[in-house]
Amino acid sequence: MPPLLDVRDIRTEFVTHDGVVRAVNGVSLHVDAGETLGIVGESGSGKSVSMLSVMRLIPQPPGRIVSGQVLFRGEDLLSLDDEATRRIRGTQIGMVFQDPMTFLNPVLTIGRQITETLEEHLGLDKSQARERALELLELVGIPVAHGRLDDYPHQFSGGMRQRAMIAMALCCNPSLLIADEPTTALDVTIQAQIIELVKRLRRDTGMAVIWITHDLGIIAGLADRVNVMYAGYVVETARVEELYANPRHPYTQGLLGSLPRLDARERRELASIGGVPPDMVNLPAGCPFAPRCAYGVDRCAEENPTLRPVAGDDHRIACWRDISSKGKAL
Amino acid sequence: MTGSPPQPRPGYPDSDALVRVEDLRMYFPITRGLILSRHIGDIKAVDGVSFVIRRGETLGLVGESGCGKTTAGRAVIRLYQPTSGKVTFEGQDLGGLSGAALRQMRRRMQMIFQDPYASLNPRMTIGSILAEPLVVHRVVPSQQIRERVEELLSVVGLNPYFASRYPHEFSGGQRQRIGIARALSVEPSFIVCDEPISALDVSIQAQIINLLVKLQAELGLTYLFIAHDLAVVRHISTRIAVMYLGKIVELADRNQLYENPLHPYTQALLSAVPIPDPALEVQRTRIVLTGDVPSPANPPPGCRFNTRCPVAVPQCYQEEPPFGDLGQDHWAACWRLVS
Repeated sequence: MPPLLDVRDIRTEFVTHDGVVRAVNGVSLHVDAGETLGIVGESGSGKSVSMLSVMRLIPQPPGRIVSGQVLFRGEDLLSLDDEATRRIRGTQIGMVFQDPMTFLNPVLTIGRQITETLEEHLGLDKSQARERALELLELVGIPVAHGRLDDYPHQFSGGMRQRAMIAMALCCNPSLLIADEPTTALDVTIQAQIIELVKRLRRDTGMAVIWITHDLGIIAGLADRVNVMYAGYVVETARVEELYANPRHPYTQGLLGSLPRLDARERRELASIGGVPPDMVNLPAGCPFAPRCAYGVDRCAEENPTLRPVAGDDHRIACWRDISSKGKAL
Repeated sequence: MTGSPPQPRPGYPDSDALVRVEDLRMYFPITRGLILSRHIGDIKAVDGVSFVIRRGETLGLVGESGCGKTTAGRAVIRLYQPTSGKVTFEGQDLGGLSGAALRQMRRRMQMIFQDPYASLNPRMTIGSILAEPLVVHRVVPSQQIRERVEELLSVVGLNPYFASRYPHEFSGGQRQRIGIARALSVEPSFIVCDEPISALDVSIQAQIINLLVKLQAELGLTYLFIAHDLAVVRHISTRIAVMYLGKIVELADRNQLYENPLHPYTQALLSAVPIPDPALEVQRTRIVLTGDVPSPANPPPGCRFNTRCPVAVPQCYQEEPPFGDLGQDHWAACWRLVS
C-alpha cells in the first residue's frame, strides 16, 4: 500500500536581505495511515518550514518551494491549484501550531471559528454546525463547552486555546494531523494534558500524526518513527526504539547525550555539542554538521552525504562514517 | 512535624546558611482608573515563602509559569522591595539596607537573566558591558580593567578579542556566556540564575549548564537556580524547592525529591515530564492534572492546590496546610501528609 503522505526531495528557500536562506534542502519522508512520525530538530533546522511547504503555507515571496513533490494519497499537492489545495487542507489534513493566538482570529468567537470551517467544507447548516462544534469542544476536553462556544480567544487560557485549535484541526475528520510544536509554549502539566489528548484522538480516529518538536522526551513517548533534522536536511531516521537505543549519526548522539535526564541519580558532565548551528545562507559545501563533528574526516568537508541504510531499511543516516553509540567507528 | 497552621515557618537552624528567607511576600497592586487610580486588589506573586540557601549549594526553584519563582528570586536579591518578610544575606538583614550599603551588598549577589537578547545593551560593546560593574563597584584599579575584562571572557569560554564587538554579533549561547561573565565580574558569592538556558537551543543548553557547574566548583559560588525544566533542575541542584501559586509546596534533597515526592503537585509535575527513552515511556503512568492554575489575584481558600488536587480531603478546602519537616530535611505542605 502506498503511504498516506509521501514527500519527495522538497527544497524551500527564502530570499532575504542577507542572501538566500536555504531552509529545506531536499527532504524526503513518508507517513503511513495511522502512524506517528516525529520530526526533531533545533531552531532553524527546517522542521517547520518543511511541513509548511507540504501544506503550501509558505508565504511566496519571500519564500519559494524550489522543487519536490508532496504526494497525498497519490495526488501531488504542489501541482494543485489554490482551490483544490484549500479543500485538502480543510478536509484531509489538519494542522496545529505553536502559538494559538496568531492562528485564532481575536475578533471571532471560538464557536464561530469552528462553525465557519464546518459550513464551508462540510456544507452543514448553522444549527448542525453549532451542534458539531459543541461536540468537538467536548471531545478535546473543554469543560462546560456549551458555555464557552461564545467566548473569544482571549477568554481562553493557553492550554484551552491549544485545545480549541486542535478541535478546529479535527473538525473535518482529517486522516493526517500535523502538529508543529503544539506544546512548546505550555507548562509541563498542561503539555501532558495535550499529549494525552492527541494520543486518545489518534487511537479513536485512527489518524496519522506528524509531530514537530525540539524535545526528544516528548517524541520518545509519542512517535513510531523519528526523523532528526539539521540545517534543512534529514540526518537520521529510524524507528523510535532503535533511534534512542542505537543512535548512529554524531548529531543525534550529541543531542541525546546533551540532555539531562529526570531519572538520573548521579550528576555526569553533559556531552555538549561544540560550536553553533550553521549559517543557513552560507551552508558549508560538505556535510553541514562537519564543523561541529568530533568524528569528521576529510571527505566530510568536501561532499555532503545522503541518507543511506545502516541497520535494516528503516534506520538511515546521512554520514560518511558509521559511528556506533559507543563512539567507535565501525 | 512542626508548628500549627496557618503560619509556615521553617526556622531550622542552619549554621551554613548564606541566604535565609523568612515568610517573604511580594504583592503587586491591581489598580483601576487612570487619574484617580484606586487599589482594588493584589497579585499575590509570592505569598509567604521561607527557605535557606546553604553556602556552596545550588537550590533549584521550580514551578510552572506564573507560580512566582522569578519574583521570589528577584525579591531575594532586593531587585524588588518585598511587601513583607525578611531576607538575610551572610547574617545581614537586607530589608534595612539602602543607598551605599545596599550597593555594597549587591556586589555579593548577582543575577543571570533568562533572555540573552534583552539583557545586554545593544549599543555597548561587550568590553564596556563587562567594564561597567568593575567601575561602579571599583573592583580593580582603572588601568587593570581591560585586562580583567579579557580574563572574564576567557573564564566563560569566549575569545578575549570579542571585547570590541557588539551584542548583535553573538549567538544566544555566546550572549548567555557574556551575561555570566558580567555576573562574575564583581566577584559575587551568590548568583540567582533565572531560567538561564530556556531561551537556548538544546545543543547549546548543555554547554551553559556545564559552564555553570564548572564555575561553581572553581569559584565556590552559591546558586539559586530558577527553571521550569525539571530534568535540568535535577541535574544542577543540590536541593530543590517546588513552587505553586506563590507558595513552596515541597523542598528536599534532589534525589529525595525525585525518587520520593510527597506532595501531590510534585508527583503530578514529575510524572508529566517526558523522559527521552521510549522503553521507559511506555511503562510510565502519568498523573494528568485537570484544569489550569488559578489566578494569583484570587487564590482559592485553604490549600492552593485544592482546585486540581486528585486526593484533596475536606480540610484542604478550609485551612492552609503547614509547611513542615517530614524527616530527613524533606519539607512539604499538605494535609494528607500531616499525621
